[in-house]
Amino acid sequence: MKTTEDLSRRQFFTKLGLGSLSIAAVGTAAFSYQFLEPNVLYEPSPVVNAGKPDRYPLDSVTLDVNNGIYIIHSQEGYFSLSAVCTHLGCLTAWKPELNMIACPCHGSKFYVQAQGDHKPGDKIEGPAPKPLPWKRIWLNDDGDLLVDRSTDVPPLARDSFVRV
Amino acid sequence: MAKTLDQHFDDLRSTRVWRSIFRSGAGSSTLKRAMAIQQNVFLHLFSTKVRTRMLSFSATWYLGTLTLGTFLILVATGIPLMLYYHPSVPQAYADTKDLQFVVSSGLFLRNLHRWSAHAMVFLVFAHMFKVFYRGAYRSPREFNWVIGVILLLITLLLSYTGYLLPWDQLAYWAITVGSNIASAVPVIGYKIHFLLLGGHAVNANALLRFYVLHCMILPLTAIFFIAIHFWRIRKDGGLYAHSSEPAVLQAQVQGTPTSPKIGEKWGTPDTSGGKEEQ
Repeated sequence: MKTTEDLSRRQFFTKLGLGSLSIAAVGTAAFSYQFLEPNVLYEPSPVVNAGKPDRYPLDSVTLDVNNGIYIIHSQEGYFSLSAVCTHLGCLTAWKPELNMIACPCHGSKFYVQAQGDHKPGDKIEGPAPKPLPWKRIWLNDDGDLLVDRSTDVPPLARDSFVRV
Repeated sequence: MAKTLDQHFDDLRSTRVWRSIFRSGAGSSTLKRAMAIQQNVFLHLFSTKVRTRMLSFSATWYLGTLTLGTFLILVATGIPLMLYYHPSVPQAYADTKDLQFVVSSGLFLRNLHRWSAHAMVFLVFAHMFKVFYRGAYRSPREFNWVIGVILLLITLLLSYTGYLLPWDQLAYWAITVGSNIASAVPVIGYKIHFLLLGGHAVNANALLRFYVLHCMILPLTAIFFIAIHFWRIRKDGGLYAHSSEPAVLQAQVQGTPTSPKIGEKWGTPDTSGGKEEQ
């Protein structure tokens, strides 16, 4: 006996077909997304060898252009700041005559020394939304300074410095 | 009596080979001429008849046609440029310099490609301003305006992706800045940035992705939407001619003055009568 809830053969196959297509579409979207996301990257290592500490005189700021980091030798020790502007990713520059870090793209400026409440890396002015992050720095067994660009560390923290 | 050139052409159009290709055949009657448009795979997108005044410069300033012209130049110059260009680091920069200084006509093709790209962006905006200020975006042409906005976005994306390909300092930093703008999207911003570049920074993957977008995905998408855009002109009653729009004609019959606010005052023009044949 046929009730109103019964499906005709045509309705059944239509639903079956549309359902299969929907599942296939979701699967295709998932596979496409996974395909577009690279699993292996041949990018440079985030860990950079910055050489022997005595390359950096006391109270100096050194920009490593190729790796996008500053090695700063302050009274507290060696520390590393990212040189990549937090606004839109341009490479910033150290301005010794102004004693600050400045971005050539949109004019963001950053402290390089602690001044009052301001820590090195904090923004002086400009569109940058965040301070320049501090990067993890340590000495390896050969006595070279290593910097891990993928790891941010808290500014002015004890472990954020290398003391030689 | 010697035959004129036209008569020779008519003879050619009567041959069996010609008739097998162009079904409309010879003859200059309105029907034959309409069929020549309607039975051509490329031309059938367009109206078989247009108002003469719509072909005058003042009606459209030919901005849409000129935009198509720059697009065709970009395709015609872009394909030969691909023959000397490797989308790999750092070969791309060397290839760009080779195109400038070593390849015969390379400088000409590259400059033509670049200037046409600039011209296309300018013409798309000019076309949109012209359409906007004439009020030609209004009913029944709203959908074609939306298609036009999509084509504007495709044009800008084509310009943006092409910008990276020379792999010089300008390209590198422009794409660094531009892709960081994409990461300002809430929550998924960094994911978009990562998928667009195929990595964490502008690098070999990014160059290859931009190359594929620039040479395949975006041009094909553009052609798809251009076809819809042209087809909709016919479906929406031909090019917008203010003096023969139904709402305007109605207003003239009633003796009411026409105004730019015609769409608001008289509502949607009825274009169903006779418009479909165009």
